[in-house]
Amino acid sequence: MSNVLELVNVRKSFDTELVLNNLSLSVPEHTATVLIGASGSGKSTLLRCINLLETIDDGQIFLDGQEISDPLINVDEIRRNLGMVFQSFNLFPHKTVLENITLSPIKVHGKSKDEANTQAIALLKRFDLSDKADQYPDRLSGGQQQRVAIIRSLAVNPRLLLLDEVTSALDPVLVNEVLSSVRDLKLDGMTMVLATHEMGFATQVADEVCFLESGSIVERGTPEQVLKNPVNPKTQEFLKRVHQAGRL
Amino acid sequence: MSEKQSSAWSPSPRELERRRSRRAISRKQAIIAAASSVFVLGTLSIILVTSPGWEIFKETFFDLGYGVEIFPTVIKGLWINLQLTFIGGAAIGVIALGLALMRTTKSPALTPFRFLATAYVDIFRGAPLILIILLVGFGVPALGLSGIPSNVIFLGTVAVVLTYSAYVAEVIRSGILSIHPSQRAAARSLGLTSGQTMRFVVLPQAIRRVVPPLLNDFVSLLKDTGLVSILGVTDAVRAAQINASRTFNYTPYVVAAILFLLITIPMTRYTDRAIRQRTNAQNSEGAI
Repeated sequence: MSNVLELVNVRKSFDTELVLNNLSLSVPEHTATVLIGASGSGKSTLLRCINLLETIDDGQIFLDGQEISDPLINVDEIRRNLGMVFQSFNLFPHKTVLENITLSPIKVHGKSKDEANTQAIALLKRFDLSDKADQYPDRLSGGQQQRVAIIRSLAVNPRLLLLDEVTSALDPVLVNEVLSSVRDLKLDGMTMVLATHEMGFATQVADEVCFLESGSIVERGTPEQVLKNPVNPKTQEFLKRVHQAGRL
Repeated sequence: MSEKQSSAWSPSPRELERRRSRRAISRKQAIIAAASSVFVLGTLSIILVTSPGWEIFKETFFDLGYGVEIFPTVIKGLWINLQLTFIGGAAIGVIALGLALMRTTKSPALTPFRFLATAYVDIFRGAPLILIILLVGFGVPALGLSGIPSNVIFLGTVAVVLTYSAYVAEVIRSGILSIHPSQRAAARSLGLTSGQTMRFVVLPQAIRRVVPPLLNDFVSLLKDTGLVSILGVTDAVRAAQINASRTFNYTPYVVAAILFLLITIPMTRYTDRAIRQRTNAQNSEGAI
């Protein structure tokens, strides 16, 4: 199995604060890697570094064997193959759902408007949002907005999908509809890296769970190993607190 | 909301009672407002009418017959102000957008333009418009450059455009900066280049956001076109001035003022409404 994504000794700091410390990670094709850890442990920064929204201080990032942390790389070119879904949806409020989805296929991937629309409508149908195509994002519920954001990132057929706490801004009822969409993607074989606080969900989709603490992966393994039988005391402590908060 | 609901529902006696109370309260408020208006406006009128110079004042500023006589020349002048406003406004829009984009660009190739745009905005936003009009109106013809018209209307327009482009550029730039960085991040993560992100994502939202302040500037522009009269352009202000100095009757000024107000007041009301709508829309936008 080839690795879609490979991180080697990645280091990132903001001013004096070290956010990612010698972090290495391999994501094989068709697998889902779930990042867990307290807020501030570096999960979002890691995803932003992979998407080249942040520049790393040291180490290397490879996408399909190509080093994308090379400063000479064309970032727009790389991002065409990466999908990213944000915690706060970040839909474009001045564009309809359909326009949000087709913007990149038309402007970046050079598809015709008809072709892009057909594909977008098929995706909307699959996610049960066909009737929302012509609405503006502010008319949609949070869960619907997030599902549109997922569709928007799928519309470019990404090699790798990055999901940054996609349910954190949603109420418990809406969380489920978004999570079930992500589960469907997993069944389709989409390669994913997700940051999440939903441990039950992590168990369901993850091939590998990585527990981050102060910018390092302190424990990694199958969900069974990490979430049920953690060996690292820090992981145990974190899961205990999550459990107390009723999120496990 | 639905038809069915409203036809099945009739207000309870308690609700009817509340409505009666509300009507009584608003009646009382209307009476107070009317009484207070009559008192304040009445007092002001009495002070005005009983002032010792009232008769002379009325003749010099509100001579109806003279006002009607000079009306055509003033309105002809106003037509020049309007032309100047619309032609100038279009030029300002284009130049200001260019300046705003230059000032917000991060492209290294455009560094000198960013610097020049900043200097331009500093100079023209900082200097009084009337000085710019005088400098352009009298300075440019003195240069004796061939190909540049020495027509005062043209030079006056250029001066106003130079100054207002700086104001409007700053308004547009503030709109661009007000768009949350997450919008840019989302666009870039979809593979859009920085230029595409500006064009398809940031700018459309930014312009929408600054429409109300731009309308405000448009009203100011119309008024400030009156300043080109100092170059000898026969606009509404100048036309009024010519008539007033001929007869020492200042009614033409009042006529010009009323004509300006007839245009600017509806525009201001419209702007206020646009601002209100904008605020309401923003409040319902939710998480972006």
